[in-house]
Amino acid sequence: MSSREMREVFSSSLKQMMEQDSRVVLVDADLAKASGTTGIHAEFADRALDCGVAEANMVSLAAGLASYGYVPFITTFAPFATRRVCDQLAISVCYARQNVKIVGTDPGVSAELNGGTHMGLEDIGVIRSLVNMVIFEPVDAIQLEQAMPVIRDYEGPVYIRLYRKALPDVFPADYKFDLFQADTIKSGTDVTIFASGILVQESVQALELLKQEGIDAELINIHTIKPIDREAVIRSAKKTGCVVTAENHSTIGGLYSAVAEVLSAECPTVMQAIGMDNAFGEVGKLPYLMQRYQLTKEDIVRTCKSVIAKKNAQK
Amino acid sequence: MNQDRVAICREIREETVRCIGSIGVGHIGGCLSLVEILGSLYFKHMHIDPLQPHLPGRDRLIVSKGHAGPAVYATLAVRGYFPREELLTLNASGTNLPSHCDMHKTVGIDMTTGSLGQGFSCAVGIAVGSKLANDNATIYAIIGDGESQEGQVWEAAMFAGNRKLNNLIAFTDYNNLQIDGTVSEVNDIAPLDDKWRSFNWNVIVIDGHDFAQIDQAILAAKAQDKPTMIIAKTIKGKGVSFVETKGAGNHNMPFSMEDAQRAIAEIRGEA
Repeated sequence: MSSREMREVFSSSLKQMMEQDSRVVLVDADLAKASGTTGIHAEFADRALDCGVAEANMVSLAAGLASYGYVPFITTFAPFATRRVCDQLAISVCYARQNVKIVGTDPGVSAELNGGTHMGLEDIGVIRSLVNMVIFEPVDAIQLEQAMPVIRDYEGPVYIRLYRKALPDVFPADYKFDLFQADTIKSGTDVTIFASGILVQESVQALELLKQEGIDAELINIHTIKPIDREAVIRSAKKTGCVVTAENHSTIGGLYSAVAEVLSAECPTVMQAIGMDNAFGEVGKLPYLMQRYQLTKEDIVRTCKSVIAKKNAQK
Repeated sequence: MNQDRVAICREIREETVRCIGSIGVGHIGGCLSLVEILGSLYFKHMHIDPLQPHLPGRDRLIVSKGHAGPAVYATLAVRGYFPREELLTLNASGTNLPSHCDMHKTVGIDMTTGSLGQGFSCAVGIAVGSKLANDNATIYAIIGDGESQEGQVWEAAMFAGNRKLNNLIAFTDYNNLQIDGTVSEVNDIAPLDDKWRSFNWNVIVIDGHDFAQIDQAILAAKAQDKPTMIIAKTIKGKGVSFVETKGAGNHNMPFSMEDAQRAIAEIRGEA
Protein backbone atom coordinates (compact mmCIF):
# COMPACT_ATOMS: atom_id res chain seq x y z
CA MET A 1 0.00 0.00 0.00
CA SER A 2 1.32 3.41 -0.94
CA SER A 3 1.54 5.66 2.07
CA ARG A 4 0.07 8.49 0.04
CA GLU A 5 -3.57 9.05 -0.80
CA MET A 6 -4.31 9.59 -4.48
CA ARG A 7 -5.84 13.01 -3.75
CA GLU A 8 -2.66 13.98 -1.93
CA VAL A 9 -0.60 13.01 -4.97
CA PHE A 10 -3.02 14.94 -7.18
CA SER A 11 -3.00 18.08 -5.06
CA SER A 12 0.75 18.13 -4.43
CA SER A 13 1.40 17.67 -8.18
CA LEU A 14 -1.09 20.40 -8.98
CA LYS A 15 0.44 22.73 -6.42
CA GLN A 16 3.89 22.12 -7.82
CA MET A 17 2.63 22.87 -11.34
CA MET A 18 0.97 26.06 -10.12
CA GLU A 19 4.26 27.13 -8.58
CA GLN A 20 6.09 26.53 -11.85
CA ASP A 21 3.45 27.55 -14.37
CA SER A 22 1.32 30.67 -13.94
CA ARG A 23 -1.19 29.35 -16.50
CA VAL A 24 -2.38 26.58 -14.18
CA VAL A 25 -5.54 27.41 -12.24
CA LEU A 26 -7.60 25.38 -9.76
CA VAL A 27 -11.39 25.67 -9.66
CA ASP A 28 -13.35 23.81 -6.99
CA ALA A 29 -17.07 23.52 -6.33
CA ASP A 30 -17.27 23.28 -2.54
CA LEU A 31 -15.36 20.00 -2.40
CA ALA A 32 -11.86 21.34 -1.91
CA LYS A 33 -11.54 19.36 1.31
CA ALA A 34 -12.62 16.15 -0.39
CA SER A 35 -10.33 16.79 -3.36
CA GLY A 36 -7.42 17.56 -1.06
CA THR A 37 -6.96 21.03 -2.52
CA THR A 38 -7.57 23.15 0.59
CA GLY A 39 -3.85 23.84 0.96
CA ILE A 40 -3.68 25.20 -2.59
CA HIS A 41 -6.43 27.70 -1.82
CA ALA A 42 -4.43 28.87 1.18
CA GLU A 43 -1.33 29.40 -0.93
CA PHE A 44 -2.80 30.75 -4.17
CA ALA A 45 -5.47 33.27 -3.29
CA ASP A 46 -5.76 34.42 -6.90
CA ARG A 47 -5.39 31.26 -9.01
CA ALA A 48 -7.39 28.95 -6.75
CA LEU A 49 -11.10 29.64 -7.09
CA ASP A 50 -14.10 28.08 -5.40
CA CYS A 51 -17.37 28.43 -7.31
CA GLY A 52 -19.43 26.99 -4.49
CA VAL A 53 -22.10 24.44 -5.24
CA ALA A 54 -22.53 25.51 -8.86
CA GLU A 55 -20.94 22.95 -11.15
CA ALA A 56 -22.43 24.23 -14.42
CA ASN A 57 -20.89 27.64 -13.80
CA MET A 58 -17.61 26.01 -12.80
CA VAL A 59 -17.30 24.17 -16.13
CA SER A 60 -18.16 27.10 -18.41
CA LEU A 61 -16.18 29.55 -16.28
CA ALA A 62 -13.17 27.25 -16.67
CA ALA A 63 -13.75 27.26 -20.43
CA GLY A 64 -13.62 31.06 -20.32
CA LEU A 65 -10.35 30.91 -18.39
CA ALA A 66 -8.96 28.44 -20.92
CA SER A 67 -9.92 30.78 -23.77
CA TYR A 68 -7.75 33.36 -22.03
CA GLY A 69 -4.75 31.04 -22.06
CA TYR A 70 -5.07 29.44 -18.64
CA VAL A 71 -5.06 25.70 -17.92
CA PRO A 72 -7.83 25.16 -15.39
CA PHE A 73 -8.17 21.98 -13.34
CA ILE A 74 -11.73 21.72 -12.04
CA THR A 75 -12.73 19.28 -9.33
CA THR A 76 -15.81 17.76 -7.80
CA PHE A 77 -17.25 14.27 -7.28
CA ALA A 78 -17.30 12.20 -10.48
CA PRO A 79 -21.07 12.31 -11.15
CA PHE A 80 -21.19 16.08 -10.68
CA ALA A 81 -18.14 16.56 -12.93
CA THR A 82 -19.79 14.65 -15.78
CA ARG A 83 -23.45 13.58 -15.60
CA ARG A 84 -24.59 16.86 -14.08
CA VAL A 85 -22.70 19.11 -16.50
CA CYS A 86 -22.79 17.07 -19.68
CA ASP A 87 -23.95 19.96 -21.89
CA GLN A 88 -21.41 22.37 -20.42
CA LEU A 89 -18.67 19.84 -21.16
CA ALA A 90 -20.09 19.23 -24.64
CA ILE A 91 -20.42 22.88 -25.66
CA SER A 92 -18.30 25.18 -23.47
CA VAL A 93 -15.37 22.75 -23.36
CA CYS A 94 -15.41 20.26 -26.26
CA TYR A 95 -17.27 22.15 -28.99
CA ALA A 96 -15.48 25.41 -28.12
CA ARG A 97 -12.20 23.40 -28.02
CA GLN A 98 -11.12 24.67 -24.60
CA ASN A 99 -8.23 23.18 -22.69
CA VAL A 100 -9.99 22.26 -19.44
CA LYS A 101 -8.92 19.41 -17.15
CA ILE A 102 -11.84 17.82 -15.33
CA VAL A 103 -11.17 15.91 -12.13
CA GLY A 104 -14.00 13.65 -10.96
CA THR A 105 -13.32 12.07 -7.59
CA ASP A 106 -14.83 9.05 -5.83
CA PRO A 107 -15.76 7.24 -9.03
CA GLY A 108 -18.20 4.35 -9.01
CA VAL A 109 -18.66 2.42 -5.80
CA SER A 110 -15.73 4.22 -4.17
CA ALA A 111 -18.24 6.91 -3.15
CA GLU A 112 -19.02 4.36 -0.41
CA LEU A 113 -21.16 5.96 2.31
CA ASN A 114 -22.41 8.76 0.07
CA GLY A 115 -24.35 6.06 -1.74
CA GLY A 116 -26.23 5.82 -5.00
CA THR A 117 -26.72 9.56 -5.61
CA HIS A 118 -22.97 10.13 -5.50
CA MET A 119 -21.82 7.06 -7.40
CA GLY A 120 -20.67 7.97 -10.86
CA LEU A 121 -21.32 4.65 -12.54
CA GLU A 122 -22.13 6.11 -15.91
CA ASP A 123 -19.66 9.01 -15.99
CA ILE A 124 -17.44 7.42 -18.63
CA GLY A 125 -20.45 6.41 -20.68
CA VAL A 126 -21.90 9.92 -20.49
CA ILE A 127 -18.79 11.74 -21.67
CA ARG A 128 -17.06 9.16 -23.87
CA SER A 129 -19.14 10.29 -26.84
CA LEU A 130 -18.06 13.92 -26.39
CA VAL A 131 -15.76 14.82 -29.25
CA ASN A 132 -12.05 14.85 -28.31
CA MET A 133 -12.64 14.22 -24.61
CA VAL A 134 -9.74 12.18 -23.21
CA ILE A 135 -10.72 9.90 -20.32
CA PHE A 136 -7.96 8.86 -17.94
CA GLU A 137 -8.27 6.72 -14.81
CA PRO A 138 -5.05 6.42 -12.81
CA VAL A 139 -4.10 3.16 -11.17
CA ASP A 140 -1.68 4.14 -8.45
CA ALA A 141 0.28 7.04 -7.01
CA ILE A 142 3.35 6.35 -9.14
CA GLN A 143 1.33 6.60 -12.33
CA LEU A 144 -0.73 9.61 -11.26
CA GLU A 145 2.36 11.58 -10.33
CA GLN A 146 3.83 11.06 -13.79
CA ALA A 147 0.51 11.70 -15.49
CA MET A 148 -0.19 15.13 -14.04
CA PRO A 149 2.37 17.18 -16.01
CA VAL A 150 1.64 15.13 -19.13
CA ILE A 151 -2.04 16.03 -18.80
CA ARG A 152 -1.20 19.69 -18.23
CA ASP A 153 0.90 19.73 -21.38
CA TYR A 154 -1.65 17.87 -23.49
CA GLU A 155 -3.64 20.49 -25.41
CA GLY A 156 -7.29 19.56 -24.96
CA PRO A 157 -9.90 18.40 -22.46
CA VAL A 158 -8.96 15.51 -20.18
CA TYR A 159 -11.20 13.84 -17.61
CA ILE A 160 -9.27 12.42 -14.66
CA ARG A 161 -11.33 9.78 -12.90
CA LEU A 162 -9.70 9.95 -9.50
CA TYR A 163 -10.00 7.45 -6.65
CA ARG A 164 -9.22 9.58 -3.60
CA LYS A 165 -7.72 7.25 -1.03
CA ALA A 166 -4.50 5.27 -0.77
CA LEU A 167 -4.04 2.33 -3.16
CA PRO A 168 -1.46 -0.47 -3.36
CA ASP A 169 1.26 0.36 -5.85
CA VAL A 170 0.96 -1.59 -9.07
CA PHE A 171 3.82 -0.04 -10.99
CA PRO A 172 7.53 -0.18 -10.11
CA ALA A 173 9.46 2.99 -9.30
CA ASP A 174 11.05 3.00 -12.78
CA TYR A 175 7.64 2.94 -14.52
CA LYS A 176 7.39 5.10 -17.65
CA PHE A 177 3.96 6.58 -18.26
CA ASP A 178 2.44 7.19 -21.68
CA LEU A 179 -1.01 8.77 -21.69
CA PHE A 180 -2.06 6.95 -24.83
CA GLN A 181 -0.41 3.56 -24.29
CA ALA A 182 -1.86 0.77 -22.22
CA ASP A 183 0.43 -1.05 -19.77
CA THR A 184 0.93 -4.80 -19.86
CA ILE A 185 1.14 -5.69 -16.20
CA LYS A 186 1.52 -9.42 -16.84
CA SER A 187 1.83 -11.35 -20.07
CA GLY A 188 -0.20 -14.51 -20.51
CA THR A 189 -1.72 -16.77 -23.15
CA ASP A 190 -5.07 -18.13 -21.93
CA VAL A 191 -7.21 -15.04 -21.39
CA THR A 192 -6.81 -11.25 -21.40
CA ILE A 193 -8.06 -9.10 -18.56
CA PHE A 194 -8.40 -5.46 -19.58
CA ALA A 195 -8.82 -3.55 -16.32
CA SER A 196 -9.13 0.07 -15.25
CA GLY A 197 -8.98 1.97 -11.97
CA ILE A 198 -9.33 0.03 -8.74
CA LEU A 199 -10.20 -3.10 -10.69
CA VAL A 200 -6.54 -3.26 -11.72
CA GLN A 201 -5.48 -3.99 -8.14
CA GLU A 202 -8.31 -6.51 -7.87
CA SER A 203 -7.16 -8.12 -11.12
CA VAL A 204 -3.57 -8.34 -9.87
CA GLN A 205 -4.89 -10.41 -6.97
CA ALA A 206 -7.00 -12.46 -9.34
CA LEU A 207 -3.84 -13.36 -11.27
CA GLU A 208 -2.59 -15.32 -8.26
CA LEU A 209 -5.80 -17.30 -7.96
CA LEU A 210 -5.83 -17.97 -11.70
CA LYS A 211 -2.26 -19.18 -11.55
CA GLN A 212 -3.22 -21.63 -8.81
CA GLU A 213 -5.81 -23.02 -11.20
CA GLY A 214 -3.28 -23.31 -13.99
CA ILE A 215 -4.62 -20.38 -15.98
CA ASP A 216 -2.04 -18.11 -17.57
CA ALA A 217 -3.85 -14.77 -17.78
CA GLU A 218 -2.63 -11.57 -19.41
CA LEU A 219 -3.41 -8.37 -17.50
CA ILE A 220 -3.47 -5.06 -19.31
CA ASN A 221 -4.19 -1.77 -17.63
CA ILE A 222 -6.28 0.57 -19.73
CA HIS A 223 -5.69 3.87 -17.94
CA THR A 224 -6.88 5.88 -20.92
CA ILE A 225 -10.31 4.65 -21.89
CA LYS A 226 -10.60 7.27 -24.61
CA PRO A 227 -8.83 7.23 -26.95
CA ILE A 228 -8.25 3.57 -26.17
CA ASP A 229 -4.95 1.94 -27.17
CA ARG A 230 -6.47 -0.01 -30.07
CA GLU A 231 -3.23 -1.73 -30.95
CA ALA A 232 -2.76 -3.12 -27.44
CA VAL A 233 -6.35 -4.34 -27.32
CA ILE A 234 -6.18 -6.08 -30.69
CA ARG A 235 -2.73 -7.56 -30.10
CA SER A 236 -3.68 -9.15 -26.79
CA ALA A 237 -7.11 -10.36 -27.92
CA LYS A 238 -5.54 -12.06 -30.94
CA LYS A 239 -2.99 -13.73 -28.69
CA THR A 240 -5.32 -15.09 -26.01
CA GLY A 241 -8.58 -15.41 -27.95
CA CYS A 242 -10.84 -14.37 -25.09
CA VAL A 243 -11.32 -11.24 -23.05
CA VAL A 244 -12.61 -10.09 -19.67
CA THR A 245 -13.00 -6.38 -18.95
CA ALA A 246 -13.01 -5.20 -15.35
CA GLU A 247 -14.16 -1.72 -14.35
CA ASN A 248 -15.68 0.20 -11.47
CA HIS A 249 -18.41 1.50 -13.80
CA SER A 250 -21.52 0.43 -15.63
CA THR A 251 -20.92 -2.28 -18.21
CA ILE A 252 -22.72 0.06 -20.63
CA GLY A 253 -20.62 2.84 -22.13
CA GLY A 254 -17.37 2.29 -20.27
CA LEU A 255 -14.35 0.03 -20.70
CA TYR A 256 -16.38 -3.02 -21.80
CA SER A 257 -18.02 -0.95 -24.54
CA ALA A 258 -14.76 0.68 -25.58
CA VAL A 259 -12.96 -2.67 -25.91
CA ALA A 260 -15.94 -4.25 -27.67
CA GLU A 261 -16.06 -1.40 -30.18
CA VAL A 262 -12.46 -2.11 -31.16
CA LEU A 263 -12.67 -5.88 -31.21
CA SER A 264 -16.00 -6.14 -33.02
CA ALA A 265 -14.47 -4.26 -35.93
CA GLU A 266 -10.96 -5.65 -35.92
CA CYS A 267 -10.95 -9.06 -34.26
CA PRO A 268 -14.29 -10.38 -32.96
CA THR A 269 -13.47 -12.07 -29.67
CA VAL A 270 -15.58 -13.67 -26.98
CA MET A 271 -15.87 -11.20 -24.12
CA GLN A 272 -17.46 -10.85 -20.70
CA ALA A 273 -17.62 -7.91 -18.36
CA ILE A 274 -16.96 -7.25 -14.70
CA GLY A 275 -18.80 -4.06 -13.79
CA MET A 276 -22.13 -2.66 -12.70
CA ASP A 277 -24.80 -4.54 -14.62
CA ASN A 278 -27.58 -1.96 -15.16
CA ALA A 279 -27.60 -1.30 -11.42
CA PHE A 280 -27.58 1.76 -9.17
CA GLY A 281 -25.15 1.87 -6.31
CA GLU A 282 -26.05 1.97 -2.63
CA VAL A 283 -24.39 2.95 0.62
CA GLY A 284 -21.72 0.66 1.98
CA LYS A 285 -18.01 0.23 2.53
CA LEU A 286 -15.90 -0.75 -0.43
CA PRO A 287 -15.44 -4.47 0.41
CA TYR A 288 -19.20 -4.89 0.81
CA LEU A 289 -19.94 -3.01 -2.42
CA MET A 290 -17.33 -4.96 -4.39
CA GLN A 291 -19.03 -8.18 -3.28
CA ARG A 292 -22.54 -6.84 -3.71
CA TYR A 293 -21.86 -5.93 -7.35
CA GLN A 294 -19.56 -8.86 -8.14
CA LEU A 295 -16.40 -6.81 -8.65
CA THR A 296 -14.05 -9.01 -6.60
CA LYS A 297 -11.03 -11.07 -7.57
CA GLU A 298 -13.15 -14.20 -7.21
CA ASP A 299 -15.64 -12.75 -9.69
CA ILE A 300 -12.80 -12.00 -12.08
CA VAL A 301 -11.54 -15.59 -11.80
CA ARG A 302 -15.03 -17.00 -12.36
CA THR A 303 -15.53 -14.79 -15.38
CA CYS A 304 -12.14 -15.67 -16.83
CA LYS A 305 -13.01 -19.37 -16.58
CA SER A 306 -16.36 -18.73 -18.21
CA VAL A 307 -14.89 -16.87 -21.13
CA ILE A 308 -12.16 -19.50 -21.61
CA ALA A 309 -14.86 -22.18 -21.72
CA LYS A 310 -16.70 -20.20 -24.37
CA LYS A 311 -13.52 -19.83 -26.37
CA ASN A 312 -12.86 -23.57 -26.17
CA ALA A 313 -16.43 -24.36 -27.17
CA GLN A 314 -15.92 -22.36 -30.34
CA LYS A 315 -12.93 -24.43 -31.40
CA MET B 1 -20.16 60.87 -33.21
CA ASN B 2 -23.79 60.07 -32.52
CA GLN B 3 -24.64 61.03 -36.07
CA ASP B 4 -21.91 58.69 -37.27
CA ARG B 5 -23.28 55.93 -35.16
CA VAL B 6 -26.75 56.44 -36.59
CA ALA B 7 -25.27 55.83 -40.02
CA ILE B 8 -23.16 52.93 -38.81
CA CYS B 9 -26.09 51.23 -37.13
CA ARG B 10 -28.18 51.75 -40.24
CA GLU B 11 -25.48 49.86 -42.13
CA ILE B 12 -25.31 47.11 -39.50
CA ARG B 13 -29.08 46.75 -39.63
CA GLU B 14 -29.05 46.57 -43.43
CA GLU B 15 -26.25 44.02 -43.46
CA THR B 16 -28.06 41.96 -40.82
CA VAL B 17 -31.28 41.69 -42.80
CA ARG B 18 -29.36 41.02 -46.03
CA CYS B 19 -27.35 38.34 -44.23
CA ILE B 20 -30.47 36.56 -42.99
CA GLY B 21 -32.30 37.15 -46.27
CA SER B 22 -29.52 35.32 -48.11
CA ILE B 23 -30.50 32.02 -46.48
CA GLY B 24 -34.23 32.77 -46.20
CA VAL B 25 -34.73 32.18 -42.48
CA GLY B 26 -33.13 33.26 -39.24
CA HIS B 27 -33.20 34.74 -35.75
CA ILE B 28 -34.02 38.19 -37.02
CA GLY B 29 -35.93 39.61 -34.04
CA GLY B 30 -33.18 39.18 -31.46
CA CYS B 31 -30.57 40.35 -33.96
CA LEU B 32 -32.26 43.66 -34.72
CA SER B 33 -32.87 44.42 -31.04
CA LEU B 34 -29.10 44.48 -30.45
CA VAL B 35 -27.91 46.72 -33.27
CA GLU B 36 -27.40 49.93 -31.27
CA ILE B 37 -25.59 48.06 -28.49
CA LEU B 38 -23.31 46.21 -30.92
CA GLY B 39 -22.62 49.37 -32.92
CA SER B 40 -21.77 51.28 -29.75
CA LEU B 41 -19.46 48.57 -28.45
CA TYR B 42 -17.48 47.94 -31.64
CA PHE B 43 -17.39 51.53 -32.90
CA LYS B 44 -16.99 53.50 -29.69
CA HIS B 45 -16.24 51.60 -26.52
CA MET B 46 -14.24 48.44 -27.17
CA HIS B 47 -10.47 48.54 -27.42
CA ILE B 48 -10.05 46.25 -30.38
CA ASP B 49 -8.18 46.11 -33.66
CA PRO B 50 -9.87 44.30 -36.56
CA LEU B 51 -6.43 43.69 -38.05
CA GLN B 52 -5.29 41.95 -34.85
CA PRO B 53 -8.37 39.99 -33.82
CA HIS B 54 -6.46 37.89 -31.27
CA LEU B 55 -4.55 40.76 -29.67
CA PRO B 56 -3.86 39.88 -26.02
CA GLY B 57 -5.42 42.30 -23.57
CA ARG B 58 -8.10 43.44 -26.03
CA ASP B 59 -11.63 44.09 -24.84
CA ARG B 60 -13.91 41.14 -25.50
CA LEU B 61 -17.58 40.60 -26.18
CA ILE B 62 -19.31 37.35 -25.37
CA VAL B 63 -22.74 37.18 -26.97
CA SER B 64 -24.22 34.52 -24.75
CA LYS B 65 -27.48 34.65 -26.71
CA GLY B 66 -25.50 33.04 -29.51
CA HIS B 67 -28.44 33.08 -31.94
CA ALA B 68 -27.74 36.79 -32.47
CA GLY B 69 -24.79 35.65 -34.60
CA PRO B 70 -25.95 37.40 -37.80
CA ALA B 71 -26.08 40.83 -36.10
CA VAL B 72 -22.63 40.26 -34.61
CA TYR B 73 -21.26 39.15 -38.00
CA ALA B 74 -22.77 42.22 -39.66
CA THR B 75 -21.14 44.44 -37.03
CA LEU B 76 -17.77 42.71 -37.42
CA ALA B 77 -17.93 43.02 -41.21
CA VAL B 78 -18.85 46.70 -41.08
CA ARG B 79 -16.03 47.19 -38.57
CA GLY B 80 -13.59 45.57 -41.01
CA TYR B 81 -12.92 42.11 -39.57
CA PHE B 82 -13.87 40.41 -42.84
CA PRO B 83 -15.41 41.38 -46.19
CA ARG B 84 -19.09 42.25 -46.21
CA GLU B 85 -19.72 39.85 -49.11
CA GLU B 86 -19.03 36.99 -46.70
CA LEU B 87 -22.23 37.90 -44.84
CA LEU B 88 -24.15 36.34 -47.72
CA THR B 89 -22.74 32.91 -46.76
CA LEU B 90 -24.75 32.68 -43.51
CA ASN B 91 -25.52 29.00 -42.86
CA ALA B 92 -24.47 28.04 -46.38
CA SER B 93 -22.72 24.67 -46.64
CA GLY B 94 -19.18 24.98 -45.30
CA THR B 95 -19.73 28.56 -44.10
CA ASN B 96 -17.68 30.45 -41.53
CA LEU B 97 -20.89 32.12 -40.34
CA PRO B 98 -23.12 29.63 -38.52
CA SER B 99 -26.43 30.59 -36.85
CA HIS B 100 -24.75 30.61 -33.46
CA CYS B 101 -21.42 32.27 -32.67
CA ASP B 102 -18.35 30.05 -33.10
CA MET B 103 -14.94 31.45 -32.16
CA HIS B 104 -13.14 28.89 -34.30
CA LYS B 105 -15.05 29.71 -37.46
CA THR B 106 -15.56 33.47 -37.44
CA VAL B 107 -12.79 36.03 -37.10
CA GLY B 108 -13.57 38.40 -34.23
CA ILE B 109 -15.84 36.10 -32.22
CA ASP B 110 -14.45 35.84 -28.69
CA MET B 111 -16.41 32.82 -27.44
CA THR B 112 -18.47 30.01 -28.87
CA THR B 113 -22.05 30.31 -27.65
CA GLY B 114 -25.48 28.94 -28.38
CA SER B 115 -26.39 26.69 -25.47
CA LEU B 116 -28.04 29.39 -23.39
CA GLY B 117 -26.54 30.41 -20.08
CA GLN B 118 -23.11 28.97 -20.80
CA GLY B 119 -21.63 31.96 -22.57
CA PHE B 120 -22.33 34.12 -19.56
CA SER B 121 -20.31 31.81 -17.31
CA CYS B 122 -17.56 31.84 -19.94
CA ALA B 123 -17.61 35.65 -19.80
CA VAL B 124 -17.20 35.50 -16.03
CA GLY B 125 -14.24 33.14 -16.49
CA ILE B 126 -12.74 35.51 -19.05
CA ALA B 127 -13.19 38.41 -16.64
CA VAL B 128 -11.36 36.39 -13.98
CA GLY B 129 -8.63 35.64 -16.54
CA SER B 130 -8.26 39.31 -17.37
CA LYS B 131 -7.98 40.19 -13.68
CA LEU B 132 -5.31 37.50 -13.22
CA ALA B 133 -3.43 38.83 -16.25
CA ASN B 134 -3.86 42.37 -14.93
CA ASP B 135 -4.30 43.58 -18.50
CA ASN B 136 -7.04 46.15 -17.82
CA ALA B 137 -9.35 44.70 -20.45
CA THR B 138 -13.08 45.25 -20.22
CA ILE B 139 -15.16 42.14 -20.77
CA TYR B 140 -18.62 42.72 -22.25
CA ALA B 141 -21.39 40.14 -22.31
CA ILE B 142 -24.89 40.14 -23.76
CA ILE B 143 -27.57 37.78 -22.47
CA GLY B 144 -31.16 37.41 -23.55
CA ASP B 145 -34.17 37.97 -21.36
CA GLY B 146 -35.44 34.48 -22.13
CA GLU B 147 -31.91 33.21 -21.48
CA SER B 148 -32.18 34.74 -18.01
CA GLN B 149 -34.51 31.87 -17.13
CA GLU B 150 -31.48 29.55 -17.22
CA GLY B 151 -30.23 28.70 -13.74
CA GLN B 152 -26.63 28.88 -14.91
CA VAL B 153 -27.01 32.64 -15.49
CA TRP B 154 -27.64 33.08 -11.79
CA GLU B 155 -24.79 30.79 -10.76
CA ALA B 156 -22.50 33.00 -12.81
CA ALA B 157 -24.15 36.18 -11.51
CA MET B 158 -23.61 35.13 -7.90
CA PHE B 159 -19.94 34.38 -8.50
CA ALA B 160 -19.21 37.59 -10.43
CA GLY B 161 -21.03 39.76 -7.90
CA ASN B 162 -19.28 38.19 -4.95
CA ARG B 163 -15.87 38.50 -6.66
CA LYS B 164 -16.53 42.16 -7.52
CA LEU B 165 -15.57 41.59 -11.15
CA ASN B 166 -15.83 45.25 -12.09
CA ASN B 167 -14.17 44.58 -15.44
CA LEU B 168 -17.37 42.79 -16.49
CA ILE B 169 -20.12 44.84 -18.13
CA ALA B 170 -23.17 42.87 -19.16
CA PHE B 171 -26.31 43.73 -21.08
CA THR B 172 -29.68 42.06 -20.90
CA ASP B 173 -31.52 42.37 -24.21
CA TYR B 174 -34.90 42.92 -22.52
CA ASN B 175 -37.36 42.83 -25.39
CA ASN B 176 -39.80 40.76 -23.31
CA LEU B 177 -40.30 38.21 -26.07
CA GLN B 178 -39.22 34.60 -26.26
CA ILE B 179 -40.17 31.72 -28.56
CA ASP B 180 -43.33 30.65 -26.74
CA GLY B 181 -44.70 34.13 -26.04
CA THR B 182 -43.91 37.12 -23.89
CA VAL B 183 -41.34 36.57 -21.17
CA SER B 184 -43.90 37.88 -18.67
CA GLU B 185 -46.35 35.17 -19.66
CA VAL B 186 -44.01 32.22 -20.16
CA ASN B 187 -41.96 32.53 -16.97
CA ASP B 188 -41.50 36.08 -15.79
CA ILE B 189 -38.06 37.35 -14.88
CA ALA B 190 -39.32 40.62 -13.34
CA PRO B 191 -38.32 42.42 -11.25
CA LEU B 192 -35.06 42.00 -13.14
CA ASP B 193 -33.28 45.05 -11.72
CA ASP B 194 -33.93 43.92 -8.16
CA LYS B 195 -32.70 40.42 -8.99
CA TRP B 196 -29.35 41.67 -10.27
CA ARG B 197 -28.99 44.14 -7.41
CA SER B 198 -29.59 41.35 -4.92
CA PHE B 199 -26.76 39.39 -6.61
CA ASN B 200 -24.42 42.28 -5.75
CA TRP B 201 -24.33 43.84 -9.21
CA ASN B 202 -24.56 47.49 -10.15
CA VAL B 203 -27.73 47.85 -12.23
CA ILE B 204 -28.59 50.47 -14.83
CA VAL B 205 -31.83 50.40 -16.79
CA ILE B 206 -31.74 52.06 -20.21
CA ASP B 207 -33.45 52.31 -23.56
CA GLY B 208 -31.28 49.90 -25.54
CA HIS B 209 -31.73 51.85 -28.75
CA ASP B 210 -30.56 55.20 -27.33
CA PHE B 211 -26.86 55.86 -27.93
CA ALA B 212 -26.55 58.49 -25.21
CA GLN B 213 -28.01 56.14 -22.61
CA ILE B 214 -25.79 53.26 -23.78
CA ASP B 215 -22.70 55.50 -23.54
CA GLN B 216 -23.60 56.87 -20.13
CA ALA B 217 -24.28 53.41 -18.77
CA ILE B 218 -20.93 52.05 -19.97
CA LEU B 219 -19.04 55.03 -18.55
CA ALA B 220 -20.86 54.67 -15.24
CA ALA B 221 -20.13 50.93 -15.21
CA LYS B 222 -16.41 51.53 -15.66
CA ALA B 223 -16.36 53.63 -12.49
CA GLN B 224 -17.85 50.84 -10.39
CA ASP B 225 -16.17 48.50 -7.93
CA LYS B 226 -18.50 45.66 -8.95
CA PRO B 227 -19.88 44.19 -12.16
CA THR B 228 -22.64 46.06 -13.94
CA MET B 229 -25.78 44.73 -15.55
CA ILE B 230 -27.20 47.18 -18.07
CA ILE B 231 -30.82 46.18 -18.54
CA ALA B 232 -31.49 47.37 -22.06
CA LYS B 233 -35.17 47.73 -22.85
CA THR B 234 -35.39 46.90 -26.53
CA ILE B 235 -37.82 46.10 -29.29
CA LYS B 236 -37.46 42.68 -30.84
CA GLY B 237 -37.16 43.24 -34.58
CA LYS B 238 -36.36 46.93 -34.08
CA GLY B 239 -36.32 49.03 -37.24
CA VAL B 240 -38.29 46.72 -39.51
CA SER B 241 -42.00 47.22 -38.90
CA PHE B 242 -43.21 43.96 -40.45
CA VAL B 243 -40.78 42.04 -38.26
CA GLU B 244 -41.62 44.01 -35.11
CA THR B 245 -45.35 43.34 -35.52
CA LYS B 246 -44.78 39.57 -35.62
CA GLY B 247 -44.04 39.71 -31.90
CA ALA B 248 -42.90 36.36 -30.52
CA GLY B 249 -43.16 35.01 -34.07
CA ASN B 250 -40.04 36.92 -35.10
CA HIS B 251 -37.63 34.85 -33.02
CA ASN B 252 -36.69 32.61 -35.95
CA MET B 253 -38.81 33.37 -38.98
CA PRO B 254 -38.79 32.93 -42.74
CA PHE B 255 -37.19 36.01 -44.26
CA SER B 256 -36.53 36.17 -47.99
CA MET B 257 -34.21 38.43 -49.96
CA GLU B 258 -37.37 40.28 -51.05
CA ASP B 259 -38.20 40.78 -47.36
CA ALA B 260 -34.66 42.04 -46.91
CA GLN B 261 -35.11 44.58 -49.72
CA ARG B 262 -38.37 45.82 -48.18
CA ALA B 263 -36.62 46.03 -44.81
CA ILE B 264 -33.66 47.94 -46.24
CA ALA B 265 -35.99 50.46 -47.86
CA GLU B 266 -37.60 51.04 -44.48
CA ILE B 267 -34.24 51.24 -42.70
CA ARG B 268 -33.12 53.87 -45.23
CA GLY B 269 -36.35 55.80 -44.75
CA GLU B 270 -37.38 55.16 -48.33
CA ALA B 271 -40.47 53.12 -47.58
